[in-house]
Amino acid sequence: MKFGIYPGCSLTGSARDYNESVFAIAEAFGLEFTQIPDWNCCGATAAHNLNKELSLALPARILALAEKNGLEEIIVPCAACYSRLVVTQHELKKDPELKNRICEVIEMDYRGTSVILNVIEWIDKYIIPKLEEKIVKPFNHKVACYYGCLLVRPDKILNYDRAEDPQTLDIVMSKIGAAPVDYPFKTECCGAGLSISRTDIVSKLSGKIIEDAEHRGAEAIIVACPMCHSNLDMRRPDINKYWKAKYKIPVIFVTQAIGLAIGLPAEKVGLKRHFVEVKIS
Amino acid sequence: MSHSEHHTERNTLAGSVEKSVEVQAHKCYQCGKCTAGCPVADEMDLPPSMVMRLLQTEEPANDERILRSHAIWLCVTCEMCLSRCPMEIDIPSMMDYLRQRARKEKKVNKKAKNIIAFHKSFLNSIRFTGRLYELGLILDYKRQSLNMTQDISLAPKMISRGKLHLFPTMIKGTAHIARIFKKTRT
Repeated sequence: MKFGIYPGCSLTGSARDYNESVFAIAEAFGLEFTQIPDWNCCGATAAHNLNKELSLALPARILALAEKNGLEEIIVPCAACYSRLVVTQHELKKDPELKNRICEVIEMDYRGTSVILNVIEWIDKYIIPKLEEKIVKPFNHKVACYYGCLLVRPDKILNYDRAEDPQTLDIVMSKIGAAPVDYPFKTECCGAGLSISRTDIVSKLSGKIIEDAEHRGAEAIIVACPMCHSNLDMRRPDINKYWKAKYKIPVIFVTQAIGLAIGLPAEKVGLKRHFVEVKIS
Repeated sequence: MSHSEHHTERNTLAGSVEKSVEVQAHKCYQCGKCTAGCPVADEMDLPPSMVMRLLQTEEPANDERILRSHAIWLCVTCEMCLSRCPMEIDIPSMMDYLRQRARKEKKVNKKAKNIIAFHKSFLNSIRFTGRLYELGLILDYKRQSLNMTQDISLAPKMISRGKLHLFPTMIKGTAHIARIFKKTRT
């Protein structure tokens, strides 16, 4: 079976580790992806902050390209891109006039028929049914499952997991042998797109998320969003400086943890690219 | 005339917010859950519940305070306020509207300069290549914010981990993207 994949910009650069792990586990489970041909950036926070039409047109072009190429189901590993694509689909469905205007802007037909899966939905649908037989090295660690914002909110539009204390990521991690801790910070914000323009705020917010995970005895924070990962991992020196702390807990993508559990080497799932050293295996 | 129509026809910020993003400010009963859950409320000059209250007054001076606030730019669109609002008021969409309105009327808070510089650099990168070119973004942001030393140690560490490309990837449809930017007046 072939799926469409929308990697998004982060996965080609700062979240290359995430990309490697998604492709590595897909290969291990015999799943193939077709990249949406000539995909563009979804516009992210910058577009919806500065220009509403642009923030809908950029994702609409991506979805129109998927439709044009017969990719009915697309996986979107980046939680931020996932949110932009689903929200655009929702907005254009709700308002036919707006849809016509956006079609005019992108000079393409857009029907809004794509099935958009976030990474956990994809894992649930295609990995979990064949997971048990593949596990060679159960991920026997206490983990804090961090969902962040955009995987679960706006909950009425995404209609995915519950907005308070979501469970889907915890369930996936339990299935590879991990023990998720109770974690009240699982949907708190890391500071997201302020990473460069207000590093102080990102350090403050991300530090709280890390502190609580360590406090609860977790050995790793598990994430499913490249933006959360870069704030919690790449920004660790800023965080430790801001809080005068020495937080050492690694931040691991759910796809990397699955890779380790099915016996893939750490390099293959990008674990050597992290800023905070990952000592657990 | 219903209450909502009454608002829409008035030339106030509450009226425009209702018309543009279907947010009815009068629905807010000041429970404060949005501010309690907002991760950046303590950094804001006007926390979200206060923005709602000021909108309700429909006083020109209060509308002005909202548009000139730092708060609308600090909002990170984490969507927590909306998910906890008992009246399902879409504060995040309203914040998007307020930011765009503040820019249009040239009422942007001076403290938000770097946040906006970052957003502009981000969009510039997409405008020319179709995708985000992270190194280009950082350099353009430095040029716009005049913040030369920030993150200077980060780039080499990213490069050694294969996380930062020296050159951009141009998509085939760059002309297409340029037209999208032009048509949306970005």
